[in-house]
Amino acid sequence: MIPISWFLIFSAALFCIGLFGVLARKNTIGMLMGVELMLNAVNINLLAFWAYRYAGQMNGLVFVAIVFAAAAAEAAVGLALIISVYRRRTTVMADELNLMKG
Amino acid sequence: MNMDLLIWLIPLPPLLAFAAIVLFTNRSKALSHSLAIGAAGLSWLASMVVFFTAVGREELAKHPLGVDLKVNWLPLGDGAFKIGVQVDPLSAVILFFVAWTVLMIFVYSVGYHNFGQPAGDHDKPGLPPHGATVKVKGHGHQVPSVEPMYSRFFAMISLFAFGMFLLVVTDNLLTLYMAWEIMGLCSYLLIGFWYAKPSARDAAVKAFLTTRVGDMFMLLGMAALYKMTGTLNYQEILANPTVLEMLASQAAPVLGLSWAGLIGILIFMGTVGKSAQFPLHVWLPDAMEGPTPVSAMIHAATMVSAGVYLSIRFFPLISAGWDGGGALTPAMMTLAVVGAVTALFAATIAVAQNDIKRVLAYSTISQLGYMIAALGVGAYVAAAFHLVTHAFFKALLFLGSGSVIHGMEHGVLHTHQHIDPQDMQHMGGLRKKMPVTFWTFLAGGLALSGFPLVTAGFWSKDEILSGAFNGGHVWVFVILALAALLTAFYTARQITLTFLGQARSEAAEHASESRAVMTAPLVVLAFFAITAGWVGIPKAFPGLGGLVPNWFEEFVGEMLLVHGEAAHHSLVPLITSLVVALGGLALGWWVYRDVRAGQKDPLQKPLGPVYTLLQNKYYFDELYGATVVRFSRWVSEVFTDRWLDRGVIDGILHGIAAAGLWLGGVLRNGFDLPVINRFLGDTVVAGGTRKLGAETSKIQTGRLQQYMLMGLAVVLAASAIIYFFFVMA
Repeated sequence: MIPISWFLIFSAALFCIGLFGVLARKNTIGMLMGVELMLNAVNINLLAFWAYRYAGQMNGLVFVAIVFAAAAAEAAVGLALIISVYRRRTTVMADELNLMKG
Repeated sequence: MNMDLLIWLIPLPPLLAFAAIVLFTNRSKALSHSLAIGAAGLSWLASMVVFFTAVGREELAKHPLGVDLKVNWLPLGDGAFKIGVQVDPLSAVILFFVAWTVLMIFVYSVGYHNFGQPAGDHDKPGLPPHGATVKVKGHGHQVPSVEPMYSRFFAMISLFAFGMFLLVVTDNLLTLYMAWEIMGLCSYLLIGFWYAKPSARDAAVKAFLTTRVGDMFMLLGMAALYKMTGTLNYQEILANPTVLEMLASQAAPVLGLSWAGLIGILIFMGTVGKSAQFPLHVWLPDAMEGPTPVSAMIHAATMVSAGVYLSIRFFPLISAGWDGGGALTPAMMTLAVVGAVTALFAATIAVAQNDIKRVLAYSTISQLGYMIAALGVGAYVAAAFHLVTHAFFKALLFLGSGSVIHGMEHGVLHTHQHIDPQDMQHMGGLRKKMPVTFWTFLAGGLALSGFPLVTAGFWSKDEILSGAFNGGHVWVFVILALAALLTAFYTARQITLTFLGQARSEAAEHASESRAVMTAPLVVLAFFAITAGWVGIPKAFPGLGGLVPNWFEEFVGEMLLVHGEAAHHSLVPLITSLVVALGGLALGWWVYRDVRAGQKDPLQKPLGPVYTLLQNKYYFDELYGATVVRFSRWVSEVFTDRWLDRGVIDGILHGIAAAGLWLGGVLRNGFDLPVINRFLGDTVVAGGTRKLGAETSKIQTGRLQQYMLMGLAVVLAASAIIYFFFVMA
């Protein structure tokens, strides 16, 4: 049996990769991908705890399915925003999108 | 080696090859195609081992290979949805031709995409290669150039091969559906392989959306089946007389059908989409925009065959309640009508097409209709037999046409003549320039038209005709015989226009034979196009019957729970199939034997407006454009956008906004201006806040990622505080 810590370490690593991607990528699509990675890291965490602690119950799976749905919705909204930004500004580089500057 | 495990492993190598090419080797063309062909070879090897083991197994239909190894795939309320593999006689024969055609087409693709040639002068990814200039002894020389997206092509066809193998070896409808959709995706991607061409893009979208219509119904059928039986496993439904009887006897709430009839028709709708049956046939001819190996593999030999395979697989359900003779069930009637109509209708269109690949595309539609019609009249074995032989000779014909186009493109590059290399009007006389292509194409063409005794197509087509005749369905028999006549006619037309006579363009005079890597697969497939029929010679056939055992009938016929009445072999269908095949071929040759360059089609005059109608494919694209497409546009543009979105929803929002504006005006004049602005505004609060704001706005850089970094810092700081002050304490 694989110890649970392996899953947790793996998901932490995946989360950090995603976080790094969000923080370091200049391309907003890349940032969106990073967010997906982070979400999936969370999913792995959830599934790991579910499998090791509550394997008899459905809750863990359902929880993850809901996260997937949220992630899909987020990706759809995100991509739509990116496309709309691209149409207006002809760029998707995060550092060129500085309309929020105070 | 464990046979169950081996069956599981069949689809795997192409998937791994796909991943490896996409992730690692896409920069190296040689490595990419080696991986793809190696993977296809491994799958081929495993398939052959499984096939020959299956052939040697007694009572294979009752005890298929591979059923002992199942995995729990989806946990459900009680128990789990299991998936597994199985190889019964039907999957075994499908596996045989899929493995062969896939491997041959993979090898052929290397030559088709000009591996080893220089990169083109102006080639761009997303467009077919235009040729490169090579200096030979000081002066420039145009030669074909290598495909810019070579590795991408091999990655995609590998993924496709994975889907096809998975579809064949799976033991339940759900996995089949997944493989089905994987293939749909690959079909979309590969039709649109040259995505910079608008026509290819449109064709890809059209193929995807049209098949989706069928898939939607199929999904409904699958849901209904699961609801009624609680399983999607083939053995538990299709080899189980109690379940079939239950489905056949309970009435469904639609159109007075039984559940078996309703589910059968819904699942058959999936076939209609995937195998391009009338009325969803419109996508297949346009799909010829893709590279020719794709047309051969996906749109002739494997994916469209998968649609027919689905119907053959669910034949026990479709025919539930049928006793082997007598009246057809409503579902079978649907199959017979759709299949027969498609067979004849597509064959008529093929007569008036000039694009070498489009003729073959309509021919494919027509032949698939043949199989569906055979299934509809209960000729189960004949349908499966024709499926196998057709896959071989149609893949051969497509690859042959690819070779012809290649040769013509060579001529075009050589002569700088601006003509369409796919148009048969510009060909002619190619038999001397391209002998291997000619002889193999001839073998495929004769098999397609059912040339008597030697070719595979004769035996399978004859069996379908005799199945329809002996079952007493004379109208199906007559329609199919007419379609066979037309098939022989347009095949002879195609061969005559392409290979015989004199060259009708300069490019055709300078066409040259393709490389061995392209012609070798042609020879292999030609071998099967001739011999694949000899395993199914009916016992009752005059003269030859009984010399060779009718292995196919015994092997695949074992699948049926209810056997049709023993075929009393009548001479009528045999004579008919001889007459239509030879007559059609002779007629086609006679009409087109000396067409000159620039001359119109000899049929144009006698047929008149009918010819125009055929050439425009009965205006089906225009009809769908004027109805379905326009309706969808109306719904989205007028109904949803203009009325619902901008009228109703925006109207309500504008009303709310107007109310808000009014309230705002009241508050502004009564409270804001006198109290806030004058009393607090300019004096105490605003001044201080402005100063504060000016100081803090420096961190508002507008850069999203710096905000996030700050957020991260705050979270870390907060975590540290909580940890040190609350957890440690």
